[in-house]
Amino acid sequence: MADKPMIIGTSRSHLEQIMDAVLWSLGKQEFLDRFPVNLFLQNSTGQLKVWQIRVDLHLLNHDGNIIDAASIAAIVALCHFRRPDVSVQGDEVTLYTPEERDPVPLSIHHMPICVSFAFFQQGTFLLVDPSEREERVMDGLLVIAVNKHREICTIQSSGGIMLLNEQVLRCSKIAGVKVAEITELIQKALENDQKVRKEGGKFGFAESIAKQRITAFKMEEAPVDTSDVEEKAEEILAEAEPPPDVVSKPVLWTPGTAQIGEGVENSWGDLEDSEKEDEDEGGSDEAIIFKGVRMDVGMEVSNTGSQEAPIVLSDSEEEETIILEPDKNPKKIRTQTISAKQEKAPSKTAAKKRKKKRTAN
Amino acid sequence: MAGLELLSDQGYRVDGRRAGELRKIQARMGVFSQADGSAYIEQGNTKALAVVYGPHEIRGSRSRALPDRALVNCQYSSATFSTGERKRRPHGDRKSCEMGLQLRQTFEAAILTQLHPRSQIDIYVQVLQADGGTYAACVNAATLAVLDAGIPMRDFVCACSAGFVDGTALADLSHVEEAAGGPQLALALLPASGQIALLEMDARLHEDHLERVLEAAARAARDVHTLLDRVVRQHVREASVLLGD
Repeated sequence: MADKPMIIGTSRSHLEQIMDAVLWSLGKQEFLDRFPVNLFLQNSTGQLKVWQIRVDLHLLNHDGNIIDAASIAAIVALCHFRRPDVSVQGDEVTLYTPEERDPVPLSIHHMPICVSFAFFQQGTFLLVDPSEREERVMDGLLVIAVNKHREICTIQSSGGIMLLNEQVLRCSKIAGVKVAEITELIQKALENDQKVRKEGGKFGFAESIAKQRITAFKMEEAPVDTSDVEEKAEEILAEAEPPPDVVSKPVLWTPGTAQIGEGVENSWGDLEDSEKEDEDEGGSDEAIIFKGVRMDVGMEVSNTGSQEAPIVLSDSEEEETIILEPDKNPKKIRTQTISAKQEKAPSKTAAKKRKKKRTAN
Repeated sequence: MAGLELLSDQGYRVDGRRAGELRKIQARMGVFSQADGSAYIEQGNTKALAVVYGPHEIRGSRSRALPDRALVNCQYSSATFSTGERKRRPHGDRKSCEMGLQLRQTFEAAILTQLHPRSQIDIYVQVLQADGGTYAACVNAATLAVLDAGIPMRDFVCACSAGFVDGTALADLSHVEEAAGGPQLALALLPASGQIALLEMDARLHEDHLERVLEAAARAARDVHTLLDRVVRQHVREASVLLGD
């Protein structure tokens, strides 16, 4: 339908309309036996006590035709439901818990099940049970709810499609056939569940999902010739070079700043004005270490400073590596370490010609 | 069907009609001078009023404009005094929204919207007295109003309700027959081609009877068309007399 985007919010009124039709076919037309004492309890003062049943439908995956699926789910849930048993004696109403007396099923006359038909090209083509892609491009939808006695419970045409009499009649016949099959499936499933519960086997949602089956996307098997795979693999291994030995030795400049490996030499030409505070560029032989900021995470400045072959990437003395200050708070914590390390630091730094710069605290 | 015989042995209904007989229809076009198009229809005791504005520029958000078609906007409202008990909410409740949606779908299919891209056509329907067949009366009134506004349509859109009692299909149900709880079908038809613009049924009807009920509704809709056609021609004749042709 042209005006039906796939965002559920905007098409809700249409969906609501059809769900209403489904629920009307359940509730309005004596689907449930309303009058016997089980559901309506009237005591001597004439007050009516009523059971309230609520059906919550959760859509887990939308791949088209949620109306049909929802109607089947609702029906089966109501057939499967058991309510507590009740006895009425004059004024007294006794409600039995499931332990005292077995819960009682609802008395259901018939099971209306919706079947949707999608129309294309002004009624030329008709598809039963449209998938999501088909729904997006359809002209309109015809929903027919039928029960197994071939009674039509509801018909709704929507989307402004133009139908002909014969099309509607044909659809109702197709719907009748489909519903007979589906009702059989439902009966079988309900019987199975009852049997399994009685015998004490496993039942429930987890059991109903077949194992060892991918229920999502399925790809076709593509035949691949694997006859000479081993030889090819060996050839590749023989010809390949051994992978380079990489040992990562991070150089920790300050807390939060480290350098791994050597960077590549700057090939952008002369960049006199460019920022030279690039930490990762590795540095020159001059590293500026702010006083008062020492690593206390287990590695001392002295350690890193004593690495053999200080990382030299360019001989330019203009390039400086300035390590930006981390947050102030950490510095405060580490004030204690300064005193401890200060003795070591001067000697090492002197040896390595490192400038010390006072922090602007 | 508690105690009330909807179809007597001689084949008469509660109000004395035959099974396939329609109620008396009276209609007038051009009841309001301010609106672009307006019409009033009475089907038996059901009275409906329809007013059409358009085609005009899209009100509100421009983003709703359709690049190749006109937007059809329908609103249904039933007066608080229209039913036996006073209605609390004349519009905005669920049923009104649904009716509005159905009307919109019906007329989107019938009006030649391609002739007025990026514009909007408003159809407002008000039910003054509801005695069964409100959807049908609304559609018929809206058709006349759209014609009065001069908006081109594929064909008349004629609607009628139908039911099924005692093996006979009834046409044009009144409130009493609707409340009895039998199957009810609402059908909107384009008479010339016989195409169904909207079909709605909620009740239990056996498949074998569907054809008969559809037939009865279609025949009734065609009868409505004859009447509406006569009304339109009469109106045009009067208008041309006034213009002095």
